[in-house]
Amino acid sequence: MTDRALAVVRAGALTTVQDLGRPGHAHLGVPRSGALDAPAAALVNRLVGNVPEAAVLETTLNGCAVRARSTVTVAVGGAPCAVTVDGRPAAWGASLWVPGGALLDIGPARSGVRSYLAVSGGVAVEPVLGSRSTDLLSGLGPAPLTDGTVLPLGPPVRAHARADVVPHPAPPAELVLRVTLGPRHDWFTAAAVRAFTTHPYTVSTASNRIGLRTEGPALMRAVPGELPSEGMVLGAVQVPPDGRPVVFLADHPTTGGYPVIAVVHPADLPATAQAAPGTPVRFVAVRRRA
Amino acid sequence: MRALPTGDRALLIEVGTDEEAQALHAELLRRRAAGELAVAEIVPAARTVLLDGLDSPSRLAERLASWEVPPVPPRAEDVVEIPVRYDGPDLADVAAHWDVSESEVARMHAAAEFRVAFCGFAPGFGYLTGLPREVPRRATPRTAVPPGSVALAGPYTGVYPRSSPGGWQLIGTTEAVLWDHARVPAALLSPGTRVRFVPVEKTGTTRTTRTVSATSTAGTTSAVNSA
Repeated sequence: MTDRALAVVRAGALTTVQDLGRPGHAHLGVPRSGALDAPAAALVNRLVGNVPEAAVLETTLNGCAVRARSTVTVAVGGAPCAVTVDGRPAAWGASLWVPGGALLDIGPARSGVRSYLAVSGGVAVEPVLGSRSTDLLSGLGPAPLTDGTVLPLGPPVRAHARADVVPHPAPPAELVLRVTLGPRHDWFTAAAVRAFTTHPYTVSTASNRIGLRTEGPALMRAVPGELPSEGMVLGAVQVPPDGRPVVFLADHPTTGGYPVIAVVHPADLPATAQAAPGTPVRFVAVRRRA
Repeated sequence: MRALPTGDRALLIEVGTDEEAQALHAELLRRRAAGELAVAEIVPAARTVLLDGLDSPSRLAERLASWEVPPVPPRAEDVVEIPVRYDGPDLADVAAHWDVSESEVARMHAAAEFRVAFCGFAPGFGYLTGLPREVPRRATPRTAVPPGSVALAGPYTGVYPRSSPGGWQLIGTTEAVLWDHARVPAALLSPGTRVRFVPVEKTGTTRTTRTVSATSTAGTTSAVNSA
């Protein structure tokens, strides 16, 4: 029997297990979670022949290093970075063969924020409510990796990957986020709504998997007072009392008490996962799909 | 009833009261179960119900206008009973706000029948309506509220499923497990669940000593109020 597992040698700043998340439980206060750059996670899974539901590792800024206990096929994508196997340079964004016992090192992101590592068979930690994702808001799923963590791997499902190389979008030099206004844009002054969709913002260092925080003009409210808690969608742009818009990402709370001025188009959200602090952000108002 | 478009795939339906939100939530669940409504998430809240994952929010918004929403139907299933020791650190503050004794706070809380209006904040945390009076949040939130804390804020009562920061007034503790993802269902409380809190006697405490302590607490309360 081979020992299908990964031993974590260098956990990095924040490395988590992620899959497609656990949607459908928002009414119980359970965030959807899941890979922040979902297309990147899907690509690395394809490269190693995994099903789209397979769990991958999501790193943050400085990568991670793991030792596979048996020979595995892996792929690293998302934020571009140096990849080495036992110290030798290896390909990023392509499938790689890593012999049992070899050290796979995923270097710091050269640009972007989050790199993804898929391993043939997928990370097979115990699912919680149908998902293996680490949810940093509510603490569901496996804890973020620490040095020495051993992650079980599932059986490889296909002998060969369905693609050798796949195109990866480059991390954004500027985030252009299409938004539809509402549901609570009428809680803001007309000048604030105009400022929101015309002035540049930048990505704040306080951003995380829960929300992309921004710095820029504070948005003034037209309606003072508290909004009773209401349901929040992925991509909701919530405006807390400091007036700086926060874009809700995968681990966002399912209800919230600050007004949502707009909602980001879902196709524009993966780029937020790769927007490093300081990246310029523009919110562009578009018409709602008819 | 107002349907507010939320992104391209969701509708936030706003109503006037808690009761209307609960009635609308029950009606939406009924229609989804009957196959009349295709939606990924139905998230009730204080005055709204969010429908997420709709194919055509605008078409549903039009249909909604003609809906008759019956009042919340009486639920056939049992009431969930949560045993509570009324020993929370904020019991005196709540008693002062309500101008009653601490034991009267406990009696009022245990006498009410609650309903889970909605969940949020943390998995398994329910916002329960049915409190006879409101109470403000604490001026300074605690950085760590112990799990099992029975708490009040605004018109709601709730139980913290796990340790977390929180600004609610803590009036008691329960051993009930609010959330266990290995259990089916994981959440003890879900929107619509009816709930009663059942006082658990402190060991060695008799009814007589409770009455005595109630009197002395009432005295303390009025002293606080006049200070």
